Amino acid sequence: MSEQAQAPSPLTPIPPAPAPEIPPGVARRQFEIIIDGNRVAVAEGATILEAAKKLRIETPTLCFLETLTPVNVCRVCVVELEGSRALVPACSRKVEAGMVIHTDSERVRLSRRVVLEFLASSVEVRTAPQLQEYMKRYAARREKFGPRAATVAQPEKIDNELYVRDYSKCILCYKCVEACGVDAQNTFAISVAGRGFHAHIATEFEIPLTDSACVYCGNCIGVCPTGALMGKTEYDMRKAGTWDESRQTHTETICPYCGVGCELTVDAQAGQIVKVSSPLDHSVTQGNLCIKGRFGWQFTQPKT
Amino acid sequence: MDLHLNAAKPSAEERAAIDAALEKREAPGHHAPSHVERAPAASSNGLPLRSKRHLLLPVLHAIEQRMGWISPGALNYASLKLGVPPAEAHGVASFYEMFSLTPRPPVVAHVCDDIACMTRGAGALCAELERKLGPAGKPCVGGKAIWQRSSCLGLCERAPGALITAAGETPRERVIAPAKAEGISSTLTEAASGKLLEQIDSIDAKVSVPQAGQPQLRLLRGVGQVDPASLDDYRRLGGYEALRRALQWGPERVIREVMDSKLLGRGGAAFPAGKKWEAVHLQRNSNRPHYVICNADESEPGTFKDRILMEGHPFAVLEGMTIAAFAAGANKGYIYIRGEYPLATERLGHAIRTARAQNLLGESILGSGFSLDVEIRRGAGAYICGEETALFNSIEGYRGEPRNKPPFPTQSGLFHQPTVVNNVETLVNVPEVILSGGAAYARVGTANSSGYRLFCVSGHVVCPGVYEVSLGPTIRNVIEMAGGVGGTGRLQAVLLGGAAGSFVSPKELDTALTFEGTRAIGATLGSGVVMLFDDSVDLKQILLRIAAFFRSETCGQCVPCRVGTIRQEELLERLVQRKPLGSNEQETALLKEMAQAMRDASICGLGQTASGAILSAMDRWSLFS
Repeated sequence: MSEQAQAPSPLTPIPPAPAPEIPPGVARRQFEIIIDGNRVAVAEGATILEAAKKLRIETPTLCFLETLTPVNVCRVCVVELEGSRALVPACSRKVEAGMVIHTDSERVRLSRRVVLEFLASSVEVRTAPQLQEYMKRYAARREKFGPRAATVAQPEKIDNELYVRDYSKCILCYKCVEACGVDAQNTFAISVAGRGFHAHIATEFEIPLTDSACVYCGNCIGVCPTGALMGKTEYDMRKAGTWDESRQTHTETICPYCGVGCELTVDAQAGQIVKVSSPLDHSVTQGNLCIKGRFGWQFTQPKT
Repeated sequence: MDLHLNAAKPSAEERAAIDAALEKREAPGHHAPSHVERAPAASSNGLPLRSKRHLLLPVLHAIEQRMGWISPGALNYASLKLGVPPAEAHGVASFYEMFSLTPRPPVVAHVCDDIACMTRGAGALCAELERKLGPAGKPCVGGKAIWQRSSCLGLCERAPGALITAAGETPRERVIAPAKAEGISSTLTEAASGKLLEQIDSIDAKVSVPQAGQPQLRLLRGVGQVDPASLDDYRRLGGYEALRRALQWGPERVIREVMDSKLLGRGGAAFPAGKKWEAVHLQRNSNRPHYVICNADESEPGTFKDRILMEGHPFAVLEGMTIAAFAAGANKGYIYIRGEYPLATERLGHAIRTARAQNLLGESILGSGFSLDVEIRRGAGAYICGEETALFNSIEGYRGEPRNKPPFPTQSGLFHQPTVVNNVETLVNVPEVILSGGAAYARVGTANSSGYRLFCVSGHVVCPGVYEVSLGPTIRNVIEMAGGVGGTGRLQAVLLGGAAGSFVSPKELDTALTFEGTRAIGATLGSGVVMLFDDSVDLKQILLRIAAFFRSETCGQCVPCRVGTIRQEELLERLVQRKPLGSNEQETALLKEMAQAMRDASICGLGQTASGAILSAMDRWSLFS
C-alpha cells in the first residue's frame, strides 16, 4: 500500500537524472584533407563519407547504414582518391592526413552511373525510391543492356503472416544479413548463399522462415533499402492498390509492451495502423524492434 | 547465441565422417590457431571462444568425400559441432564448386573445357562424352556417376585434363591428362563399382618439365631427378642448408638479404617479398600471433607451375615457407592448396610429416628456439580464394569474399592478425636467395626483374610445360625453348598472364618477359602464363570462354563485378552472334564503359581485371567489324 502511495503519479513528469560525468578521453588527432578543393578537418578514424558530409557534399549510398558495419559492396559511394589506382568506397575508407579526394569527377560519375545501371537492369526497383532518385541524378539508363539482360526475377516468398520476401527486388546489400546477425539481432536466420550473379539471401537449404531460426523481429525489413522485405500489411495494400503514403500519418510513441522504452513511429492510413518502425537515431532502439513492437498491433483494430 | 537447428537429422555415416574429421583436427600436434578472433563487432558474446568455425571447410570436405553431397542433416550436425549457424554454414558450402547441396552420384568427372584445353581438343572430348555418357550434369553409368564441365584444372601441359572424384568409405581422386573419352568413361565405371585402387598419380617430368635434368636449373633442379618423397634426396641437392644458414643469421639479416635480392612475388601482383616480411616482423613485440600462408590456390587459367613445384619439389616449398615464418616471426602456417590438386596435397602432406619427424618443423626447429607448425587447407573450387583476403575468409570458415584493403594482410590478415602471404614459386626462390646472398641473386636477370622465374607454356606449342628462365628472355625466346609454334605452325596470338592478363600479337614477340618489358606494351607477366593460339583458332570463342570464366568465378559480393561479368558475357555473345544492340561500335563503347567501372569500382583484382584480356584482343585485332 505505502509503496503504491510513494510511486510518482504517471501524470507528473519525472525530472531528468543528471547526466553522468564521463571523463574526456585523450583528444583524437584531427586530420586535414581536401575534398573537391575544400579543406576539411576531421577526427582520426572518421570515414571519407563523414568528412564529405561535413562539407555538405551528398554522397549516394545503398548498402551503408549508420547502425551497421560498413560492407562497402554496392560501390555507389566510390570517390577518387589521388594516388590510388582504383576508386575507393567513401563509406568505409578512413581518412588519412593529406588525402586529396574528388567526389564528382568524370571517373566517379561514370562508375556510379554504371553501377546504378547494373543494379536497375537486374533488379526490380519499383519500390526503391532512393535508388530511383540516384538514377535520375546520374542519368542512369537501365535499358542499355537490351531486353534479354539476365535479371534476378523470381516468385515472391510468402511463408508467414508477418512479412514477405521478394528477392526480385534484392540488390544484395547485405544489410538484412547484418541486422539478423552480429550487428543487431544475433539470430543468424539468413545468410548470403550461392556465388556470383546467383548469390542470394537464404535460410539454410532455402527452408521456409517458419522452420528457420527467424524470430520475426523484422529488423531486416527495417534496414532493407528496396522493399524486397516488406510487412505483409503493406504488401497486401500495395497489391490491392490502396497503399497511399500521402494519406498516412506518422505518430511517435513509446512501445507499450515492456519496460525497455523503445520509440515507435506508427504509420496509419484511414484510421488503421499500417506499419510500425523505430527511428534509426533513437538511443534505445537504433531502429531495431522485437516482434511485439513491430507487428503486435493487430489488437487495435478489428480483424478483416 | 543459441544455435537454432532445423529438424533434419544426420545419418550414421554422416555423423561418423564429421566426428572423424574433427577428431583428426583436434588431435595433439594439430593445434588450433592460437588466437581466433574476428573483428571487434563480431566478437561479442564470447562467440569466437566457443566457435570452431575455422574447421568448417575441412568438415564440409569430409562430408562431401564420404557422401558425395552435403545433406541438410549433415549440415545441421556440422553446425552443431562447430557452433556455426546453419544458414551461415549453408552460405559457405554453397560458395564452392566442388560441394553439392543436392543429392549427386558419388563419382564425378570434372572435365576441363577452359582455354588451354580448348586448343587441345576439349570441345571434341566433351562432344564425345555427350555421345557416350549423355549430357553433362546428368547421371550416367547406372546413376552412379556424373560428368561436368569445369574451369581450368591446371593440367594445361597435358591438355585436355580431367579430374575424377569418387566419394565413399575410401574416397578416391584421379587425374587423367591427356584425357580421352574412353579413359574417362572406363575410370568412371571402375570408380562406380568401387574398384578404383588407391594409386597416387605421379608427375612425369619428361612431359611436364621438358628442361628436367639441365644443370643450370635452380627452382626446378630436383624435379624429375630425385624422389619427391625423400628428404634425404632433397638434402643431397643442398636442401635445408638455407634454413640452417637463416637460423644462424637471425630474422633481420634474412629480411635484409631478401630485400637486397629484389625478389618480387610470383603469384601475379609482383609485390616485394622482403617488404611483407619486414612489415610483419616489425610487429614482433605487439603480443599478437603472426601467421604465414603459402598461397597454393593456383587457379589462373593456363597456370600450373605451382602444382609442378609442389608435386616435384615439395620440401623446397616447405623450406622457403619455414624461412619466411622465421623472418616474420610466425609460429603457425597454412598451405592453402586448390581442391583440384590431389597429388600436390599428398606430396606436401608427406613432406610436412617427414619434416616434423626430423625437427625441421615443430618445436624449436634444429634447436634454434624457433617453432613452427604448418597445416594444409584444401580449397573446394573457387578461383577467388587465391585473392589473399578471400583466402583468409576461406580458412576462417567464412565465404571466400575478398575484404576491402586497407587494412593490408601484414597488419590485419588471417584471424585479423599480422600475416605474410607468399606464392609457392616465390617461396621456392627464397632458399636460392639465402644461399647465393641477396646482392648476388639480384644480379641474376635484369635490374628490375631479378632472379629465376617459371613460365607455363601451353596451347599450340610443340613442347608445352613449365620452363625456368632467369628473367630477361623475350616471348620469342620462350616459344623457341618450347620447340616453337605447334598446331598449324602459324601463330595468331599469345595470351600472357592468363585470363586476367592480356593478348599480344605475333608482332610483339620481341617483348622482354620482364615486369618492365611487358608493362611497356600494356601487358602483364601475371602468373607466368604464355599460351599460344595458332591461326585455326576462333579467338572470339576464346574471348567468350574467358568471359564465362569470370562470370562463373566472381564471388558476387560487389555490384560492378557481380553484374558486370554477366553483362560482359551477354555483350560478347551478341557480338559473336552478330546481333548487336545498335552497331558493333556502340557495343564496343558500352563494353569499354563497363570495363572502366569494373576496373575502378570493384573491390578486388578479379573485377578489376575481368575485361583486360578481352579488351586487349579487341584492340589488337578487329574481331567484330
